[in-house]
Amino acid sequence: MTTALDHDVILKLEDVSKVYAGTVAVKQANFAVRKGAVNVLVGENGAGKSTLMKIIAGVEQPTAGRILLDGNEVSFSSSGDAVNRGIGMVFQELNLFGNMTVAENIFATREITNRFRKIDRKAQERRAGEFLDRLEAGIRPDMLVEDLRIGQQQLVEIAKAVSLDARVLIMDEPTSALSAAEVEILFKVIADLKAHGVAIVYISHRLEELIRIGDYITVLRDGRITGQEEVKNVDTQWIVRQMIGSDAKDFAKADGHVPGEEVFRAEDICLPRVTGGLAVDHVSLSLRAGEILGIYGLMGAGRSELFDCIMGRHGHASGKIFIDGKQIRERDTTRRIRRGLALIPEDRQREGLVSILSVASNLTLASLSRFVRLFHIRGDAERQAVRQMVRELSIKVADTAQEVSSLSGGNQQKVVIGKALLTGPKVLLMDEPSRGIDVGAKADVFRTMRKLSRDGLGILFATSDLDEVMALSDRIAVMSNGRLTGMFDRAEASEAAIVAASAFGHGPAPAHLAPEFGEQRR
Amino acid sequence: MTDIPARAAPSSASSGSALLTLMKLRTFIALIAVLVFFSIAAPNFLSAANLILMAKHVALNAFLAMGMTFVIITGGIDLSVGSIVGLCGMVAGYLVLNGIDLQIGYTIYFNVVEIALITLAVGILIGAVNGLLITRLNVAPFIATLGVLYVARGLALLSSDGRTFPNLVGKPELGTTGFGFLGAGRLVGLPVSIWILIVVALGAAYLARYTPLGRHIFAVGGNERAARISGVRVNMVKMFVYMFSGFCAAIVGLIISSELMASHPATGESFELNAIAAAVLGGTSMSGGRGTIGGTIVGAFVIGILSDGLVMMGVSSFWQMVIKGLVIIVAVVVDQAQRRLQQRVTLMQMARAG
Repeated sequence: MTTALDHDVILKLEDVSKVYAGTVAVKQANFAVRKGAVNVLVGENGAGKSTLMKIIAGVEQPTAGRILLDGNEVSFSSSGDAVNRGIGMVFQELNLFGNMTVAENIFATREITNRFRKIDRKAQERRAGEFLDRLEAGIRPDMLVEDLRIGQQQLVEIAKAVSLDARVLIMDEPTSALSAAEVEILFKVIADLKAHGVAIVYISHRLEELIRIGDYITVLRDGRITGQEEVKNVDTQWIVRQMIGSDAKDFAKADGHVPGEEVFRAEDICLPRVTGGLAVDHVSLSLRAGEILGIYGLMGAGRSELFDCIMGRHGHASGKIFIDGKQIRERDTTRRIRRGLALIPEDRQREGLVSILSVASNLTLASLSRFVRLFHIRGDAERQAVRQMVRELSIKVADTAQEVSSLSGGNQQKVVIGKALLTGPKVLLMDEPSRGIDVGAKADVFRTMRKLSRDGLGILFATSDLDEVMALSDRIAVMSNGRLTGMFDRAEASEAAIVAASAFGHGPAPAHLAPEFGEQRR
Repeated sequence: MTDIPARAAPSSASSGSALLTLMKLRTFIALIAVLVFFSIAAPNFLSAANLILMAKHVALNAFLAMGMTFVIITGGIDLSVGSIVGLCGMVAGYLVLNGIDLQIGYTIYFNVVEIALITLAVGILIGAVNGLLITRLNVAPFIATLGVLYVARGLALLSSDGRTFPNLVGKPELGTTGFGFLGAGRLVGLPVSIWILIVVALGAAYLARYTPLGRHIFAVGGNERAARISGVRVNMVKMFVYMFSGFCAAIVGLIISSELMASHPATGESFELNAIAAAVLGGTSMSGGRGTIGGTIVGAFVIGILSDGLVMMGVSSFWQMVIKGLVIIVAVVVDQAQRRLQQRVTLMQMARAG
C-alpha cells in the first residue's frame, strides 16, 4: 500500500452543503479524492453518500460550498459538464435504456458516427465489445439491455462508465447485484484503472469489500463527515463506530407487559407469482394483543407480499384471516381497514403518502369517516385529531397545512404511522418501519411501537435488519422464499438460528428437509 | 451553517414571496386585466345587457370545465364532454317532439321536468360508461373518452339522421311546453342558467373542500397507490368524477337546446378543448392532484370574456384563436415558474432555519 504523499488530490469538495425540500442531505462536507487510489465512502442509509456523489458528478448542484478540480474552482451545471471534465459515475439505480442494445447504451449521447453523421453501428459494437471483454461477462454488444440479468445490467453500467476514460470514476454500490465471481472481475478492473492513475470513489455497504480494495476511507453520518483515514490504519470496528457514532441504535426497552389474547390469526396464506410458483407459500401465524411479532427475511423473502395479502391488495391471494377469532371475509382494503387492520407500507413515497397534500390531509386520509356527520367533514374534529396525533408522535411540523413532502424522512414516516393509528386499528402491520430515516427518528419510531404494544395493539413488523428484529420482537418469525421457515420466542432466539432459517431454500435443499408449514419452534 | 443565511438575504426572500403571491393570484389578475382592457377598448362592454350575455356564454364552458376539473385532478381526462352535450341536446329535443313510442300504439310524452331528468340521466350514464372503461377494463382515460367521443357524436347524428330537431315549443295538450325556460327564463333578474351555474359551482366547491369524496379525489390524483392502501375506493372515486362530468355536459346540452329552441347534432364540437383550457388556466395541474373549482370558474371567465371582447372589438376570429392559445401557454409557463419559485422560497426558509 502506498502513502498519502504519492497520491495527488485531483478533486476536492470544500464546505459543501445540499439542502432538499424537507432535509439537509449534506452538511458542510470536506472531501478529497486522490489520484490512482480507491477513495471509499461509507455511511448508513440516508447518510448522504449518494447525494455527495451526485454533486461531484454534476447531477445535483450544491446549495453552498465549492468544488475544486486540479486546484481550480469549478461548477457543473449538468452531468454532461462533469463528464467533459473527466468525471464518470456508475449510478446505484440503473440508468440504462432497456429498449436499446448494450452498445447503443454505452455510446448513448456520444455515438460514433461516420462522415455522413450516420451512426456507425459496427464501430460502436466493436469498441463496446472491447470494454465488455475486460469485464469477462459474456455480454454481446448487440443484446438488448432489457434481456440481461440485473447483475449483467450493472456490468453494462460499469462498462459505460469505464468507456468514458474518466479521470475520476464514481461507483455507487457497484456490487449490490453482482455475483461473487463478477465482483472479483470488477476488482481486477478497478486495480487496472488504479494503475492507470484513475481516481476511484467507491461506495458500498459491504465493509469487508471496502477494507479489501480501499486506500482512503471517509465516513458519513447524517450528512456530516465523521471520519477520514487511510484504510491501512483502520478496521471494521473503527468504521462501524464512525458510522453509528456514540448514539448507537436506541431500541426502546421492553417493559415486560404480558401479551393478552390472540387478536389476529392468518391461516394458509398463499399468493401465486406471475411467473409461476408462490410468492407467499402457505404462511400461517398468530398474534396476540400487545405483542410485537418481528418477521425477518432477506429481500424477496415474501414479507411485503404477505402484508399485502393480509390487507387484501391481491384479489387472487388465498387463505383465511381472523381478527378477535372472527373470520374476515371482506376482500378489499377499505373494509379490512374498517375491521381493524392497518398497514404502514415499506415505500413511503410511492405507497405511504400523497406528497402534494398537506400533513393534515395525509394524517386523516384513511380515517375521514370518523370526522363526518352525514357527508360533511367536521373541521374542528379533524383538526383536533391532527393536533393530537402530531403531539403524540412528536411530529416536527410548523403548520399542518404544509405539504407533507417538506418534512424530513423521519417525520414523514411518523405521518404515515399517524395515518394508520387514526383508523383505530387492532393490528398494525409495519413494513420496514425504520427504513431511510435518521437515528433520532428511528428511536422515536421504536418507542412508539413499544407504547402501542403496551396499549394492547398487536404489531407485525417486517425487517431485514437483524439487530432490529432481535431487539424489538417478543417473537420472531423468519421467512425465506415465501415460506415461514422459523418461529422463535425472543428468549430462545439466536442470531445464528435466525440467519440459518432466513437462508433456507436458497441453497440446494432436499425437498424432504422442508420444515413443517406454519409455526415451528426449535 | 453561517454562509447559507448570508446568501439568502432577507430582502431577496421576501421579494420572492411577494412575487409568489402575485403569481398565485395570476388568474384573478388576468381576469381583472381583460375586464379593464375591454371596458376601455370596446364600447358598451360594461353595459348590463352585455355582461349578462357574456355570463351566459361563459356559463356553458364553466359547467364543462368544472366536471373536467375533477376528472383532471384524479389524473384523468374527459374528451367526450362535447359529444355528450350534443347527444343530450338531441335526447331532450327528441323527447319534446316525439316522446317515446311504445310500439303498441301508444306514445309516452313527458313533461319538461321529466325530460330534463331523463337527459341528465343519459349524461350521467355516458359518464358511467367512461368510468367503467377506465376502472374495469383499464383503458387509458384519453383513449376511453376519445372512443366515447366518437360513439356519442355518432349516436347524436343517427338520432335525427343528421337533421336538426326544430321548434321545441312543445304542445300544450301533451304537457311538453315550457322547454325554453332554462335558456331564456329569468329569476330575480339573472338568467336561469346563471343560477344553475351558481348552485352547481357552490355544490362542487363544497364537495371538493368539505366531504370525504372531495378529499379522496385529490388523494387519488396525488398518489393512487397510497390512496388505495389508505382504504380509498379508487374505482368509485373515478366513476364519480366521470359521471359528474357527464352530468355537467348534460346540463349544457339542455341549456343550449333550450336557448335555441332546437337541437342540432353537431352541437358541442370541440367544447372539451375549451373546458380543458379553462381548467388549466384556473390552475388545475394536468398531472393530477391540484386544482380548485373557484380557479376553474375564473379561468372560464377569462377565456369567455377574452373571446367575446375580441368579437366586440371586431378582431378577426383567426386572431382570436392565436390569442387564446397564447394566453393558455403563458398561464402554464407562469404556473411552472410559480412551482419553482415556491420550492426555492421553501428551501431558503429551511436553510435559514438551519
